[in-house]
Amino acid sequence: MKASVIVFPGSNCDRDIQVALEKFQIDTTMVWHQETILPKSDLVVLPGGFSYGDYLRCGSMASKSRVMNEVIKHAKDGGYVFGICNGFQILTETGLLPGALLRNSKLKFICKNVFIKTTNNKTVFTKKIPENKILSIPIAHNEGNYFASKEEIQSLKEHNQIVFQYCDEEGNISGESNPNGSFLNIAGISNQNKNVLGMMPHPERSIDQLLGGVDGQGIFQSLL
Amino acid sequence: METVSVDQAIKLGLTSLEFEKIKELIGREPNFTELGIFSAMWNEHCSYKSSRVWLSQLPTKNKYVIQGPGENAGVIDIGGDDVAIFKIESHNHPSYIEPYQGAATGVGGILRDVFTMGARPVANLNSIRFGKPEHAKTKYLLNGVVSGIAGYGNCMGIPTVGGEVEFDECYDGNILVNAMNIGIAKKDKVFLSIASGVGNPVIYVGSKTGRDGIHGASMASQEFDDNSEAKKPTVQVGDPFAEKLLLEACLELMKTDTIVSIQDMGAAGLTSSSVEMASKGKLGIEIDLNKVPCREENMQPFELMLSESQERMLIVLKEGKEKEAEKIFKKWDLDFSVIGKMTDSKNLVLHFKDEIVCDIPITSLADEAPKYNREWESTPLPQEIDIDQKLKDLDIKTCLKQLLSHENQANKAWVWEQYDHMVMGDTIQKPGGDAAIVRVHGTNKALAASIDCTPRYCLAHPFTGGMQAVCETYRNLSAVGAEPRAITNCLNFGNPEKKEIMGQFVDVIKGIKEACTELNYPVISGNVSLYNETNGVGIKPTPTIGGVGLIQDVNNTMTYGLKSSDNLLIVVGETKGHIHQSALCHDILYLKKGPPPTMNLQEEKNNSFFIRGVIEKKLAQSVHDVSDGGIALAIAEMCIVGKIGAKISTNLIGAERVKYLFGEDQARYIIEIKKDDLNSLVQMAKEQEISITQLGSTNLEQFAIDEIKISVDEMIKLNNNWFYNYNSN
Repeated sequence: MKASVIVFPGSNCDRDIQVALEKFQIDTTMVWHQETILPKSDLVVLPGGFSYGDYLRCGSMASKSRVMNEVIKHAKDGGYVFGICNGFQILTETGLLPGALLRNSKLKFICKNVFIKTTNNKTVFTKKIPENKILSIPIAHNEGNYFASKEEIQSLKEHNQIVFQYCDEEGNISGESNPNGSFLNIAGISNQNKNVLGMMPHPERSIDQLLGGVDGQGIFQSLL
Repeated sequence: METVSVDQAIKLGLTSLEFEKIKELIGREPNFTELGIFSAMWNEHCSYKSSRVWLSQLPTKNKYVIQGPGENAGVIDIGGDDVAIFKIESHNHPSYIEPYQGAATGVGGILRDVFTMGARPVANLNSIRFGKPEHAKTKYLLNGVVSGIAGYGNCMGIPTVGGEVEFDECYDGNILVNAMNIGIAKKDKVFLSIASGVGNPVIYVGSKTGRDGIHGASMASQEFDDNSEAKKPTVQVGDPFAEKLLLEACLELMKTDTIVSIQDMGAAGLTSSSVEMASKGKLGIEIDLNKVPCREENMQPFELMLSESQERMLIVLKEGKEKEAEKIFKKWDLDFSVIGKMTDSKNLVLHFKDEIVCDIPITSLADEAPKYNREWESTPLPQEIDIDQKLKDLDIKTCLKQLLSHENQANKAWVWEQYDHMVMGDTIQKPGGDAAIVRVHGTNKALAASIDCTPRYCLAHPFTGGMQAVCETYRNLSAVGAEPRAITNCLNFGNPEKKEIMGQFVDVIKGIKEACTELNYPVISGNVSLYNETNGVGIKPTPTIGGVGLIQDVNNTMTYGLKSSDNLLIVVGETKGHIHQSALCHDILYLKKGPPPTMNLQEEKNNSFFIRGVIEKKLAQSVHDVSDGGIALAIAEMCIVGKIGAKISTNLIGAERVKYLFGEDQARYIIEIKKDDLNSLVQMAKEQEISITQLGSTNLEQFAIDEIKISVDEMIKLNNNWFYNYNSN
């Protein structure tokens, strides 16, 4: 497995994802946003951070950057694309994933461990995670409130694209376990082909027992 | 050249005597630009004119210190070829006027101080203090400051791992925002601000210069009154994205062999950065102001020199390296301009349009800046008073409940969950512990950091309070298993022109000096913030101390949540029941008289050594330092975090029991040990002559003190809710 991590000005989880990918022996190249050619890769990762400062709608500037044309092409050709946090925001801005990420319902940045349920384990990113497995993974965002039109939500459900949903420790998907107001507690979705995944929680922050847990590793193991 | 009057000088914050001194130093009347430059360099914030004579007394060396005060930040050895670079700085005045931007640029400023020296910043901490919660502005200020710190640090991708939050009416009109940052660099890649090499080019990089923050440093050197709102234009506006680019560009440049010296443009902007670099190198500097990248039109020399626009750096390059450096800054879409050169004239010479608009000796701005030995009056140690009558009938359970739900003891998750405290993937102990722990990336060692001050002690007896603030960080570091190495300090006081305030300052310095000397725990950087007064009322003396320690093995750190329900609880250190100035007396009973607890530095040192040994030998299951709220609150907190109960017996009644439980005698820790480890612990304590007392044991779901019982669930609720309730309406 070969991965490329796109580095936008303002990306700040680029090193973290690099450490995580390399921990699982995934050969990783960092790619600067002005590149016009993607190194040959199976997986492209859009890392967390504040691309271009996110002074416009989060991810909107990055979605128009030069390298993204290549990323979109990669996805359309069936290559794997994984957007985490700001990366998820960028994916919705490019249209590779439906919907949008609005400001958190309480209007504050939230950084904490949350529980998510693996609603769909039939994607390349989740295939080694047991179905409905509850994972404890941190979130760290100000705009993670997933929103989509009725039709888009209907289509997400029909095509089994909802991959992760916020829940409590027991797996109940409820208002109380929804940290940011996301529609249907959505924490991560895929495209119809299941080769593109976007999620707000940070699995790369959950691969080291010393830092509080290893629940994120299922995703990286699935990719191997 | 146009000349200026003494009235203009006074308007710029200088005194008439200082104006006379300027004329004498340069042998003529200054023009308006020059006067502005003098006012920027000679204000309290930049010149430390009231504090310098005292600051020089602080101990600044031990075997780990590589760079002490005088640079952008201090540097200590952390083993191998790694160094830690850290500093704390205040942004009090701007944060009161405009909390979001004030706090954000406070974080931005301290980050630049650290990465200017070649370090990648790895941990932010902060100490923030507000007026009483009921005060009309407190909620707005709290929300603004926390969002500002979050907005800047989160965008930069540097974790905010620790800090303190306190409310006290003395901060009603002067909040405190002290931001600390720690970075890590390689020993042979530390960059200083000493310029050298006549003819070397001076370059300006980063954001463009605008009209924001003009006279910010002077504003921070004055008291507030009812019209402080009008000072809003002196507050800078932060752009964390630009700073992130600047950070990456500077670190990339530092890998090349191009830099002679580098200095961030902080307070007093281009003026202080250029003067400081030249002054340290005993050189002159010539700047062509036409070449300064501007954000606004028709900016005048005075504005260019005094603007405090953020995210800018001044660099002296090796001659001929301009192209190599420019390429890096262009890659990061940052401005890059060669604006001048180092000269042997020893003067600051500024060109604008076709004129020389400033030509003054650097020494007159720096070395010759005024230095005042202000009159001061020491605060005597208050007498003990008998308050037993008021204590004897207190309901212990009520006291504990009140403390747990008090704003100053409440769980601060509402605050730190707004900070990204995990980015960079090395946060081992997140906020809420005794000290934060951040792994040194790619190694097996870690840094621990804690930021502390107890202003009520400092007001009652500044000398003791100064010592105590240092010791509390020392204790917090020890409690997580770190060896304390050095501190940075941020000294927040009122108006030093009043002798009792100056006396507080002097006493606190003496206290810090004594503690640092005895603990071999020197001051390597810091900042002074005076004139924290509104309408003539000053804040409590608040010397915020940031301590940094080293953990050799990341797999051997300690937390304070109780681990199991059948263990023993031991208190390390002597309990005498000193109740004056305790959180119980001060915050709950409003009994604010009497002396703070006595400090015994030898005991601090011995008990810390003992605790570190206990952790190293893996004898402790959990360790917590005893501070606000005494033994009772310390154990309650251990129960809350561990979700396990405790059972202790005091064998005391009435006032004596209250004092035993809530007294704040220093140098104490609570430890949880397995029953099987008791003998080893007792043996160790005996060998080291450490006083330990068995308090009781861990328990299932209750915290029981003698006959008094409270459930852990109830304590959690009491402790968790304050910030959410306060901010929900």
